[in-house]
Amino acid sequence: MTWTPDELMTVNAARALAGARTCFVGIGLPSAAANLARRTIEPGLVLIYESGTLGSKPSRLPLSIGDGELADTADAVVSVPEIFNYWLQAGRIDVGFLGAAQVDRYANVNTTVIDRGPGRPEGRLPGAGGAPEIAASCGKVFLVLRHSTRNLVGTLDFVTTVGHGDGPGSRERLGLPGAGPVAVITDLGIMRPDPVTAELTLTDVHPGVSPEQAVAATGWPLAVAADLRVTDQPTEAELTALRRLT
Amino acid sequence: MAEIRSLRDAVAELVHSGDTVAMEGFTHLIPFAAAHEVIRQGVTDLTLVRMTPDVIYDQLIGMGAARKLVFSWGGNPGVGSLHRFRDAVENGWPRPLELDEHSHAGMANRYVAGASRLPFAVLRGYRGSDLPSRSETISTVVCPFTGEELAAVAAINPDVTVIHAQRADREGNVQLWGLVGVQKEAALAASRVLVTVEEIVDDLTPAPGAVVLPSWAVDAVAVAPNGAHPSYAAGYTVRDNDFYQAWDAISRDRDTFLGWMRETVLAAS
Repeated sequence: MTWTPDELMTVNAARALAGARTCFVGIGLPSAAANLARRTIEPGLVLIYESGTLGSKPSRLPLSIGDGELADTADAVVSVPEIFNYWLQAGRIDVGFLGAAQVDRYANVNTTVIDRGPGRPEGRLPGAGGAPEIAASCGKVFLVLRHSTRNLVGTLDFVTTVGHGDGPGSRERLGLPGAGPVAVITDLGIMRPDPVTAELTLTDVHPGVSPEQAVAATGWPLAVAADLRVTDQPTEAELTALRRLT
Repeated sequence: MAEIRSLRDAVAELVHSGDTVAMEGFTHLIPFAAAHEVIRQGVTDLTLVRMTPDVIYDQLIGMGAARKLVFSWGGNPGVGSLHRFRDAVENGWPRPLELDEHSHAGMANRYVAGASRLPFAVLRGYRGSDLPSRSETISTVVCPFTGEELAAVAAINPDVTVIHAQRADREGNVQLWGLVGVQKEAALAASRVLVTVEEIVDDLTPAPGAVVLPSWAVDAVAVAPNGAHPSYAAGYTVRDNDFYQAWDAISRDRDTFLGWMRETVLAAS
């Protein structure tokens, strides 16, 4: 079988959910990955959407976080204040899975505004949504986005959501309870925070991708792990399940 | 006690130019029919409050009805940008739009404080984010018991909250279910409450997970079948995802948008 770069990204994002029990799911790429994980590596994964559904089991990929099927198939439907206060803030959710517009070397996220230079108005992005508190309070966080110098930047125009702040110890100083972003999964490979510097480092490339490609598509001098790995090729089962979803 | 009114009369009585208005419904039960009536009546200079502005506020903003937006996520869910919202913020068309921007957790708690008639709510939020630097309604407070510094967000108390529900009885008791979002909090935070419903029934049969707003907590109920379209009312209609996708092209261009609004909203009665 052949596959697209986006499929590589989603398949690897789904694999990252192996062993997770509960996942707070952002819409778009994270939702595709989390639903694929339920069909492949982690059938018991509890999907939680910010619209207030606990344990959604949609048969097809929802367009929005509020499609009717998410509520119809859920174990429980709760109000929006409840989902954020009792379930997320209380630390009951293992994994937060988020998309992003801009990510910096410490896995901080901008989804608010883009600086388009002097004399030009800021470019408007959708805004924070649930992300600041999802990234703060879930046990750990995965980010998924396409790899380009536009998306992976040296300095964010605006910090919407804190990943690892300005480096080691930042999360502790800010009092953020969860471990924060542990992997950024792209269509070229996977970056993980260096255990010492907390800076995102290329640890994996997808089959057919060179580390130079990933470095060239990153807006800061991307460090490459000494033991760089190549991700496993997508299996037929993974690709079939993914294509049935969409 | 809630009066059962026509939508036209209810909007005329309860929604005024210059008001702070919350039209809530988290993807589900979005009160589009009421918003269209607000546009037809030429109500303007509104401060619009909504966690997810969605297509409903894209329409109000594009028609120049809003001077300020209080929100936490302004996209077309699963599709992309809200073009009228972006055009207003980036280019001031058709008029500048002031923003007060939050996270979802912050907005949800602002409504909880408003419904509780407290001045603010506390949460563990916004830590390290630049959002507080652009909002006068985000601050911090020190817990008097533990000394922990927590985020404080100002209560939201709209002049009027508008929601859509599945049904009401003849006394004006309102019942909604499915994704109930933040509608109960938004309604109880407001000075006035307008609810549109799919239908009026003799008896409100209990439904799993349903929220009931008693008649005495609501000012007016108006029947608006399919009044959430292109959003939906669980048990009555389904979300029109094709429309949300079509909205991208309709709203991208100013003239196309205005033409669509004239033909679809302004021409309707």
